[in-house]
Amino acid sequence: MSNPNPGSGSPEKEPATKAQEARREARANPTVPAGDSGRAVPATATTRPAAEPRPSLGRLFLDNLWAANTVTVTVLALLLAMVIGAILIIVSDPEVLATYSYITARPADAINASWAVVSEAYANLFKGAVFDPEAVGFTAALSPISETLTYTAPLVFTGLSVALAFRGGLFNIGAQGQATMGVILAAVAGFALPLPPALHLLVALLAGAIGGAIWGFIPGILKARTGAHEVINTIMLNYIAVYFLSWIIIQNGVQNPGRADAISKPVDASAQLPRLLGADLRVHGGILLAVLATWFVAWLLNRSTLGFELRAVGANPDAARTAGISVTRTYVLIMVIAGLLAGLGGANQVLGTTADALTPQVVAQIGFDGILVALLGRVKPWGVLLAALLFGALQAGGNRMQSYAGISLELVTVLQALIVIFIAAPALVKAIFQLRAARAARLQTSLAKGW
Amino acid sequence: MEPGEIHALLGENGAGKSTLMNVLYGLYQPDEGEILVDDKPLKLKGPSDAIAAGIGMVHQHFMLVPVFTVAENIMLGAEQVKGGLAGFLDRRRARREVTEVSERYNLRVDPDAVIEDLPVGIQQRVEIVKALTRDVDLLILDEPTAVLTPQETEELLTVMRALKAAGKSIVFITHKLGEVKAIADRITVIRRGKTVGTASPTASRDELAALMVGRSVRLTVDKQPATPGRPMLEVSGLVVDDDRQVRAVDGVDLTVHAGEVLGVAGVQGNGQTELIEAIMGLRPALAGSISLDGDQIHGWSTKKVLRAGVGYVPEDRSVDGLVKEFSVAENLVLDIYDRPPFGKGLSLKPDAIAKSAKERIEQFDVRTPSADAAVGTLSGGNQQKVIVARELSRPLKLFIAAQPTRGVDVGSIEFIHSRVIRERDVGTAVMVVSSELDEVLGLADRIAVMYRGRIIGIVGPDTPREEIGLLMAGITPDAAEGAATPGATAAPGDGPAAAAPEGPGSEDEA
Repeated sequence: MSNPNPGSGSPEKEPATKAQEARREARANPTVPAGDSGRAVPATATTRPAAEPRPSLGRLFLDNLWAANTVTVTVLALLLAMVIGAILIIVSDPEVLATYSYITARPADAINASWAVVSEAYANLFKGAVFDPEAVGFTAALSPISETLTYTAPLVFTGLSVALAFRGGLFNIGAQGQATMGVILAAVAGFALPLPPALHLLVALLAGAIGGAIWGFIPGILKARTGAHEVINTIMLNYIAVYFLSWIIIQNGVQNPGRADAISKPVDASAQLPRLLGADLRVHGGILLAVLATWFVAWLLNRSTLGFELRAVGANPDAARTAGISVTRTYVLIMVIAGLLAGLGGANQVLGTTADALTPQVVAQIGFDGILVALLGRVKPWGVLLAALLFGALQAGGNRMQSYAGISLELVTVLQALIVIFIAAPALVKAIFQLRAARAARLQTSLAKGW
Repeated sequence: MEPGEIHALLGENGAGKSTLMNVLYGLYQPDEGEILVDDKPLKLKGPSDAIAAGIGMVHQHFMLVPVFTVAENIMLGAEQVKGGLAGFLDRRRARREVTEVSERYNLRVDPDAVIEDLPVGIQQRVEIVKALTRDVDLLILDEPTAVLTPQETEELLTVMRALKAAGKSIVFITHKLGEVKAIADRITVIRRGKTVGTASPTASRDELAALMVGRSVRLTVDKQPATPGRPMLEVSGLVVDDDRQVRAVDGVDLTVHAGEVLGVAGVQGNGQTELIEAIMGLRPALAGSISLDGDQIHGWSTKKVLRAGVGYVPEDRSVDGLVKEFSVAENLVLDIYDRPPFGKGLSLKPDAIAKSAKERIEQFDVRTPSADAAVGTLSGGNQQKVIVARELSRPLKLFIAAQPTRGVDVGSIEFIHSRVIRERDVGTAVMVVSSELDEVLGLADRIAVMYRGRIIGIVGPDTPREEIGLLMAGITPDAAEGAATPGATAAPGDGPAAAAPEGPGSEDEA
């Protein structure tokens, strides 16, 4: 359906604005390396000599800001979610709500009370996630960041897992199951194998990766061989993984002999990820691995032949097949790598500082949150890293918000959900803020493609 | 526009024909200027306003729901209900309307047929009926023949004449000169968004083509006689099934020599697609053998076949040929991305890809704003040039081009044809499959005609088109002489394929 697409008529239009953008950026921001802007400008400048008078820089900047581009929509989505979150905080607090019963008589009361409760909540969210100005000493000052990074690390892995599959045209709902298998194998390798420190950690991580990879391979091969839809199969495998975890915890040799409840033996210290900032702060090597994984996935997608195949299969499997790319092989590989990443995310949960033994809840929601992180990160590797950072921060800040301001942790979940809803529906954000219809259409398709 | 007139709008791809018509249909808003209907300016806010003003449109890509019946599709958007609040759909009335309209204009459609079971030509007819049930006076047909077989085209032209006789005006958008000359009362040529001239249908093809592209164009292909070498591709006894497990290729034998162009003519849906896909390893061959330069390539993967020196331009470029979201540069290496210098081991070399893209874009005159532009933003002709550039930029033994110029503007057709002949002249075996008889006649040194999965005859390029037309309809010269069926000889003169009325296209494509 190329007809209704207004862009199709004039292919020259878009690059022209791109060139303008590039020029604007180059001027407004002199720190941009000269090579970067120099590459973009001449390519397009030759196609359209600067004939028409260009609007002023400020005007262009505002236009661009107000265009429905990725950054603007994301920031506004965040803002909208916080506004709705504020309303929820007010409504759920009976004392504040009481002031609204006499709002016509003394409106100041209601406004003051609302402001107090909302600002306290969000201030604590910030203090818990980023920086607490009242904190004294090295440990206390860095503690919020440490918490944020601790929550971020596993989400990066699962987010990358979902994003990678997405780029290959597959919707990996199974990151949760893959992470669960990862956590099981990593933990078992962590307490069952007597190995020297560095090697033990490596083996445990590898075990986690393999566990996830196996759990990704199954839906991959089913999709490739029989065409069975990966969404259904990964959902089913999630259940299997969860119940397998519950079962294996209480088996002899796995269950902690000193405990009657469902908890496994603790992972040996030799298999644990090292803490980065001393024993008092929880942040561990997992975050470094996460950054490394992000770099790897970015390289894989954009700079490798495998990534080329993966993207081609994701965008147009027919053309990929005609060009000699094995679509079935690519599907299997995508799911194996996606599973491997999710498995590493699971391993993070038990080899890091979050837990040191298997429990039924050890994986938490990292697999499902990974789907949200991938969407929020626009299924781009570095975007996923940033999105995971935001989710990690919300989680860390939410803990403090709960204990200091008495706002329940579930509000954070609601905030996360709202952000993603607004991101996934750029048209909504656009309509609310009356943004120019620039690239929102493209945003939408990038998210809807997986189905 | 006059009432009862067929007005052809002619122009290259991307000239602005479709955009103009979308404005007329209310899909886009004009930035300047106005539209006059019956001397009154008209402000169209959407298609419903256009329909109210008596303007109907049949899009190039049909707007039908595949799983609905004809009647359901026609009432879609203007559902008649009965039973008051309960709002039952009045299917009977919809069916009656369909039957009425199709009888009045002699447009045979079965109101109960499901759209996805119908051949493309009939689907288009449904679109026309749909527009007619809305009581339109002006019908816009956007490249209606791009997807039709020669027979279906001929039938469409008949329908258009009937509509004209009934007093409807028709805007006919196309870039096929033959059809324009056959049917139009007046011709407006558009180039780069401007009207560049009006012509009468008596103008010669070359004049029209020159108006379209703004320079004189040679419509015939200049070439030296071929100097065929050794046999490069040998196919014998090949049997292939189509997607529905129906025999599509039924014992084909053919040979393509180095340095010659073998044209495969035939109405679409007679097994040409499946034949090529079997050669390319995209479809399993059930029996028979395929050999390339002496090697049996039967059962090889597509990648291996491509590596062995086969270049392939698939029939449907947007589905099989290109990844629209990818940049021009990426599409230019779509099947050689993992060979040096573009890829080494697991890593891709973006610099080499960009460098080669720049060269190809220049060599093949691909009109793109930059090598990084998504291929989907290019016009059809330029998209096709990207594919041709990709396939012809490595040493080949065999070059297979299926419908190489379908939906491509005149200027690009000329260019693509010259590149095909140039490839032949360096000694590559070339196989051109096309349902455009003109193209096959222009390019081929030998012509194989396919009919119902078989090669029904192999003839020279000087064979009269009538004879090939008969072959395409499944009538061999001996049979035609013997029987002398009146139906077969009374072939229409204008359509590229002079085929018998009982053409196989409609049933084979269903």
